[in-house]
Amino acid sequence: MELLQMSVRAMSEKIKSKALSVKETVDALQMKLAEKEPMLGAFLTINDMQLEQRMDEVQKGIRSGRYAGPLAGVPIAIKDNICTKGLRTTCGSRMLERFVPAYDATVVQRLQDAGMIILGKTNMDEFAMGSTTETSAFRLTKNPWNMSHVPGGSSGGSCAAVAAGEVPLALGSDTGGSVRQPAAFCGVVGLKPTYGRVSRYGLVAYASSMDQIGPIGRTVADCRALYECVAGYDEKDATTVKREVTKSLGHEPNVEERIEKLKGMRFAVPKEYLGEGTREEVREAVKGAMKLLDRNGAVVEEISLPLAEYAVAAYYIIACAEASSNLSRFDGVKYGYRAEGAETLHEMYVKSRSEGFGEEVKRRILLGSFALSEGYYDAYYLKALKVRRLIREAFDKVFENYDCILTPTAPTTAPKFGTALKDPLLMYLQDADTVAVNLAGLPAISVPCGIDAEGLPIGLQLIGNAFCEETLFAAAEGYEELRGKFPTAWEQGRERL
Amino acid sequence: MAKKQYDTVIGLEVHIELSTETKIFCGCATKFGAMPNTQTCPVCTGMPGSLPVLNKKVVEAAIALGLATNSRISRRTIFDRKNYFYPDNPQNYQISQLYVPVCRDGFLEIENKSVRIHEMHMEEDAGKLVHDEAAGISLVDYNRSGVPLIEIVSEPDMETAEEVIAYLEKLRMLCLYLGISDCKLQEGSMRVDVNLSVKEAGSETLGTRTEMKNLNSFKAIARAIAAERERQIMRIESGQEVVQETRRWDDAEGVSYSMRSKEDSKDYRYFPEPDIPPVLIGREWIDGIRNRQPEFKEEKAARFTEEYGIPAYDADILTQSRHLATLFEETAKRSGLPKKTANWFMGELLRLLKESGKEPEELTFSPKHAADLIVAVEEGKINQANAKEVFAKVVEADVAPLSYMEQRGLMSLSDEGVLQAAVDEVLAEYPEIVEEYRSGKDKVFGFLVGQVMKKTKGKADPGTVNGLLRKNLSRFA
Repeated sequence: MELLQMSVRAMSEKIKSKALSVKETVDALQMKLAEKEPMLGAFLTINDMQLEQRMDEVQKGIRSGRYAGPLAGVPIAIKDNICTKGLRTTCGSRMLERFVPAYDATVVQRLQDAGMIILGKTNMDEFAMGSTTETSAFRLTKNPWNMSHVPGGSSGGSCAAVAAGEVPLALGSDTGGSVRQPAAFCGVVGLKPTYGRVSRYGLVAYASSMDQIGPIGRTVADCRALYECVAGYDEKDATTVKREVTKSLGHEPNVEERIEKLKGMRFAVPKEYLGEGTREEVREAVKGAMKLLDRNGAVVEEISLPLAEYAVAAYYIIACAEASSNLSRFDGVKYGYRAEGAETLHEMYVKSRSEGFGEEVKRRILLGSFALSEGYYDAYYLKALKVRRLIREAFDKVFENYDCILTPTAPTTAPKFGTALKDPLLMYLQDADTVAVNLAGLPAISVPCGIDAEGLPIGLQLIGNAFCEETLFAAAEGYEELRGKFPTAWEQGRERL
Repeated sequence: MAKKQYDTVIGLEVHIELSTETKIFCGCATKFGAMPNTQTCPVCTGMPGSLPVLNKKVVEAAIALGLATNSRISRRTIFDRKNYFYPDNPQNYQISQLYVPVCRDGFLEIENKSVRIHEMHMEEDAGKLVHDEAAGISLVDYNRSGVPLIEIVSEPDMETAEEVIAYLEKLRMLCLYLGISDCKLQEGSMRVDVNLSVKEAGSETLGTRTEMKNLNSFKAIARAIAAERERQIMRIESGQEVVQETRRWDDAEGVSYSMRSKEDSKDYRYFPEPDIPPVLIGREWIDGIRNRQPEFKEEKAARFTEEYGIPAYDADILTQSRHLATLFEETAKRSGLPKKTANWFMGELLRLLKESGKEPEELTFSPKHAADLIVAVEEGKINQANAKEVFAKVVEADVAPLSYMEQRGLMSLSDEGVLQAAVDEVLAEYPEIVEEYRSGKDKVFGFLVGQVMKKTKGKADPGTVNGLLRKNLSRFA
């Protein structure tokens, strides 16, 4: 499939040079969708209503020169917790089954301004709470590499869609690993930018102090192109930062340049991330990557980062506390599903929220409300904030001596359906490799680094210092070059679609 | 009758609605009285995904009021979320300040004491619920949602309704002078909750307090304080306890009702607002605001007495409104007749305001015009009666008094040539009166003046007429 062998920049070039029309591109992908979606289940809503008109607009805009950027004409999928004007945005919840936003998220606005085409909205764990996309109220999304396994989560739909070749690019959101972990499980590249890099305006909040929208693509270069399109200060989000986003300006470094950049780059590998809890095959794949980097002139050293073990506890207290407040607007009054037959206001609240939210969401709202309640605030929430500060300081120390931290993205590969949710605590512990990054607000990228015996991809996580996405891209691109081309799910013939 | 003597202990929580152009966290207009839900956007209706962005003007208003109340300004202040479910608040949490409010530890001087201010914080207002009893439905108007408020929390330093009202008047005057709020109790732009407890006279231990809401005028506040004091004393003397609770004042009935007790008070689960970064208030920002602070009422009144030699009573009245004070001062300066100006303002202007039911803030005349008129009177160009008519026109429509007087023929006749003719006529018509005057009956002089005035239809300048008459009478002698 030629369309999906090329980079997104190359695809856009073809469209801009009229070698390929917008309609031909979209049609080809729609055929893919029609063929794969019934089994894969990556999408919740296909953008059929606005699509014809949008294709027209983009084609005209390319002709007139209005859309001349590196992603003009490129189709994309959006996670269903990012508001799209006039296009249903459910957050994977019964609560918002019929919510049609009256406005576009800032990132969506930027995609539109760049001449991209939104193909649809992707499945996710309900309100981004989960690691398997199984908490979605609507459907299961399968892992394109093996249909009896989960795609990871919560951006499972976005990662599966890219991995299955339904779209070249997708947006996800990452609060505790929700872009990186499914990217690892699906064998694609996913970035969680520095907190404050990408506007959250229009992202339905889960944990406001950690949420960050991130790009997903098949290669680091694709991922980067999308990052450059959406990143940057936004006056509508007071937590975004006024810092220049370095643009690659169409210059794609060649192989030598990429590898050259790795020379002398310093990688720290915290031994805690490669311990008991990490599966052997994952450990081996990461060690393989370490060797590869080391042999090509990078400095790879083992360090200790002991605070990681407290990260999961601190993360769940802070995330759930914020979520309990963020989700309180879904009460059936102005927003969210309204239950029938309530006699009083209080009854309406209780019934609507009991019926509208799923189990995992309710569990986290309860946890969060408890952590914030009088008499417990200091013991839980404030203590978690202290841990958060210590973690940030520990990371700062590492970055005094290193450019990147290298870890597995997840301790395992994608589990089978129905296994993860049985024990929520165990599921939370699986987030150990990713959550510290969100607590510290750092950027991190997941790049495929191997395939296990069951044929499931393994992800390598590179963590950078705040606002050093540039370094991360260089490291990730260099590694990608050394590793060689990573197979796609469909080339592997693994997808039984 | 109470058996013992009791002291009343009162603290106040005052909400001031700011008169900023836009809301605290979005760009929507704040104008009062617009059609329901016409001043709303995704942010102030709590739409999923929307985010608040702080309006800097609100912080500036808080700093200005903080400086005016001798408060400590926090160099780093944060917002917090107050979580509670109620339909007037679309997101079910209010963005407020708990842990690090913008100002702390201030005080206001009233009469002979100082009332300490515990803290001052910024927050957003909620929407308005409208209940349609007939249709059996409730509707929400979000126009008020996100309108900025400053809450000023005093220490329990007041003992009487008079002190409470003096404190509120002082606070209101500061806000009016700063131009940050119109502070109208009836319209809800100033809301007062009264925390009150009683204790046996001289006792060190504070009694249990109640919080009184729904107080819509100074009179209602005074009545509620008297009634609540009585109610608490009655309970204590009949062996019952005062329950810590929130009560609602019914001013028509003159009684209060319990709204909720402490047991069912809510746990607001406050935590720092993650969507708004901490606000850093640097020395420069504070100094800039301090340098722009207006001269407040008391200093201004003192200066008026000193500089313009007007009575303290007048100065107090003229500075009740910053706008009125400015109009006075400008007019006084232009006319060079501050005392006359004060007389015009205290007499005519206040009477006109009272008659029209207008606020001093609504006055739009230019000081130049008022001054021109006052000077014209002084120079005898117009008599007092006509001047009042012209003054009313100046106040009402800002007419230029000199051309107005001319057009309407209201100018006094002070041309001696013209007046001489009238004087001659009068002297010729009343020879016997002239005789009486010359024989020493000084009081008939007034009659002669009156006759000249009559001949000139009241336009003659009395001063000129006086002079002319005396000159003529002595000549005849």
